[in-house]
Amino acid sequence: MITAERKPLEELMEYIKPFKRILLVGCNECVTVCAAGGRKEVGLLASGLHMAVLKSGATIEIREHTLERQCDPEYVEELVPMIDGVEAVMSMACGCGVQEIARRFKNKPVFPAVNTKFMGASERQGVWSERCQGCGDCLLGMTGGICPIARCAKQLMNGPCGGSTGGHCEIGDDTDCAWALIWERLKALGQIERYVEITPAKDWRPGGGSGPRKIIREDLAE
Amino acid sequence: MENFEPVIVAFCCHYCAYTAADMAGSQRLTYPANVKIIRVPCSGKVDALHLVKAFEKGADGVYVAGCLEGDCHFKNGNVRAARRVESVRKYLEEIGLEGERLEMVTMSAGMGYRFAQVATEMTEKIRKMGPSPIHLALAGGASEARQAANI
Amino acid sequence: MRTESKLEKVLAAGHLAVTSECGPPRGSMADKVIEKGKYLHGVVDAVNVTDNQTAMVRMSSFAASVLLKQQGHNPLLQMVTRDRNRLAMQADILGAYALGIDTMLCLSGDHTRFGDHPMAMNVHDIDSVQLIQMVKNMRDEGKFQGGAEIKNPPKMFIGAAANPFADPFELRVLRLAKKIAAGADFIQTQCIFNVDKFEQWMEGVRARGLHKQTYILAGVTPIKSVGAARYMKNKVPGMDVPQEIVDRMAAVPKEKQPEEGIAICIETIERLKKVEGVAGFHIMAIDWEEKVKEIVERAGLLPRPQV
Repeated sequence: MITAERKPLEELMEYIKPFKRILLVGCNECVTVCAAGGRKEVGLLASGLHMAVLKSGATIEIREHTLERQCDPEYVEELVPMIDGVEAVMSMACGCGVQEIARRFKNKPVFPAVNTKFMGASERQGVWSERCQGCGDCLLGMTGGICPIARCAKQLMNGPCGGSTGGHCEIGDDTDCAWALIWERLKALGQIERYVEITPAKDWRPGGGSGPRKIIREDLAE
Repeated sequence: MENFEPVIVAFCCHYCAYTAADMAGSQRLTYPANVKIIRVPCSGKVDALHLVKAFEKGADGVYVAGCLEGDCHFKNGNVRAARRVESVRKYLEEIGLEGERLEMVTMSAGMGYRFAQVATEMTEKIRKMGPSPIHLALAGGASEARQAANI
Repeated sequence: MRTESKLEKVLAAGHLAVTSECGPPRGSMADKVIEKGKYLHGVVDAVNVTDNQTAMVRMSSFAASVLLKQQGHNPLLQMVTRDRNRLAMQADILGAYALGIDTMLCLSGDHTRFGDHPMAMNVHDIDSVQLIQMVKNMRDEGKFQGGAEIKNPPKMFIGAAANPFADPFELRVLRLAKKIAAGADFIQTQCIFNVDKFEQWMEGVRARGLHKQTYILAGVTPIKSVGAARYMKNKVPGMDVPQEIVDRMAAVPKEKQPEEGIAICIETIERLKKVEGVAGFHIMAIDWEEKVKEIVERAGLLPRPQV
């Protein structure tokens, strides 16, 4: 999933300062799962912003709405009846959702309420870790199902650097050495020979090196 | 706000604090009428949203009363509640309210005296702190509205 | 002979090679580079010039290498993949070679977290193994990484680093094999304090015949004080300083500690000389260049061979 974290209230207060009526929009997908921008977080933030504004001596009306999926035009369309009644929109979705709202409602300012972080998995309740950087040319098949691009601090593609200690990365003990993990996996799978092969310099074009990326499925596109 | 009477909301677990409140009553122990009790099936059921909304509606103080450590009817609801209270306290600070306006307390069903004592202490603490800025803003807004309506 | 590198000539002639290093200054003082270099004249076969060592901004390795070259040294250009993409690195390699630099060391580099610009982007367009491969292809195939032809290809003697003390230990020999397969002509190892472990690693190296496919220069560092020993033992990732070394340093009075550190360093070199497959020494006397001559001399490695 795409993970996110709420921005500090102080920054959000700056955004909404000029407005008396705003719409706070959540998303029911990734940001709900990582407890950053779902219906509940929309409620919490609306309440928090409301109180902070009241405390500053002003007033504000914050309408709340959570879309099924904010990165899809058909769901964003749901906001049409609400949009005229507000001066600005604050989105709790990832950057994709924020931009979808900006695209649909040309004359309405839209602000991000969260910082979109990474594509990750849930390690345990309340803990998410980066797993994928969307390099566009997956090499997990060669690396025992563990990604050295996303999980090695130096994106090394040919083995651990000299800073790998006791299974930890040199940047800190709370980060696993991706190559220590890969090595253990390859051993367990009896695929040690995979390590010996040199992975050549990566072509970063599918990873965004050639500009913004797009997928067109001829059979689906209208 | 002269003669400030704080509004305190107490989320009380059905298995301990709520029964303790009953116990206090049957023992004829007095505690301040400022405390509004909301019965919950477990302190772990109290969501961050409930706590924040209480303040948004004008509560000056809020506390969650759960079972003693290790005694939760649902194993660890009270532990979760304590963590949630801690996180909401930080959020309150971010909003600009004092985190101390929110507390987590524990007690058993038989502790009628402790219930009354906690209610009294919390009320006194909040009374000393004064009204929450939200309570003030809401009251001010109301008086403005009354003025506007020439009441 | 693949190159005109002095280091290659010394190694090919079967001499134990000696290299040392010179960390460029944190400012644009050419005189500092020249001053550090003075201690190494006639003492070593090549001078490593570090590239933003420990992720701290310093004068570029390239520029400091040129300054040393002008003083008659044989600079060994270090290059990390952390700060530049493949275009920038190839451009620097062309420029360096054009200015007479023919020896280099390919590294990934310490993470920016450790340096004075932790907010910087880590580039890592390619990794150290791919850098080795790239430099080799530039030299042997006369091709840029992108495939186009190079006019007057740079003939670099290619070095790589190896850390026998990092984990997973069993992978370390394979990692070396990979660097050799990519084209590493010589290897400089991490500082060796734990000689037993190094010997264990070398056993694995010899078992695969890797010592015959590359020249392995054993890295050594004189320790200045017991504090430095403790710091390296506890704080530097991938360093293995045995407790005996710390105890030995602690056992002598503070003013005698530098002397003890040098004694340990020389003893280490003597032990390493006996290890089959060690082709020379890389002496990393960090901010202590003035002591390199004494170490090389007392280790019986002077005068340096004329090749």
